[in-house]
Amino acid sequence: MIVVNTETIPGFEIVEIKGLVQGNTVRAKHVGRDIAAGFKNLVGGELKGYTELLTESRREATSRMMFQAKQLGANAIVNVRFSTSAITSGASEMMSYGTAVLVRQAN
Amino acid sequence: METSANNDGLFVLAFYIGLTLVLLAAQWLIGGAIERRHLKILATRERMLDGFLVTSLKKPPAGTVSSSRPPMLVTGEAVISSDYFKNWLFGFIAFFGGESKTFTLLFERARREATLRMIDQARLAGYNAICNVRYESADIAGNAATNDGRTKPLKMASCTVSGTAYVQA
Repeated sequence: MIVVNTETIPGFEIVEIKGLVQGNTVRAKHVGRDIAAGFKNLVGGELKGYTELLTESRREATSRMMFQAKQLGANAIVNVRFSTSAITSGASEMMSYGTAVLVRQAN
Repeated sequence: METSANNDGLFVLAFYIGLTLVLLAAQWLIGGAIERRHLKILATRERMLDGFLVTSLKKPPAGTVSSSRPPMLVTGEAVISSDYFKNWLFGFIAFFGGESKTFTLLFERARREATLRMIDQARLAGYNAICNVRYESADIAGNAATNDGRTKPLKMASCTVSGTAYVQA
């Protein structure tokens, strides 16, 4: 499946628009990572645990979005956007959404 | 004398554990009922949409727009609260790490509700498609800022959505 954040896919033409698809997830790191982040807060630097959290969340949200697109019979998602929100400390919501389309190779 | 003091302590402990359990059970039942009802209403409203095209494309595909009506900005908002039981459940997730399915569902409810409100606005104005849909979230409770352990901000899922309604030919 082709997933892009541009409106069109170079070399392909959109045959049919299936509609909006999305995927979301709320994830947290175990308490050890939170404590480590607290210590890191004293000296500064990258919070690797939380970077990982965002990476995992993005992957999970994207794969759920792709699953939804597959169910609609699409073979590509265009105009993908990501959005995050806060619900409680130590957890993040990641949401991805895009337009599921049917594409074919342009001649 | 000593045994009676011990008994008092046990009684107070049992009282607090009992109260917590009663609160948890009540919130599990009430919160669950509210959630199931909301999901049912959402599913019904989504079924009635049939054929309403919603996309995140910046502009509608060429040649599909009818010029009978100028495009209009449509918006939708929803803020859904968590409950005592869900917050308690999240304590485990925060300790061991992993995905919080209950909070994921909370955000899903907020998003679906906001999307449906946006679509309703477009439909009432006589449109049959929406393009350029964008989702945003608002941190109303200040969850991102207040994590000092003393203040407990409310747990809620918020979602705002906007798009451009047009008439599909």
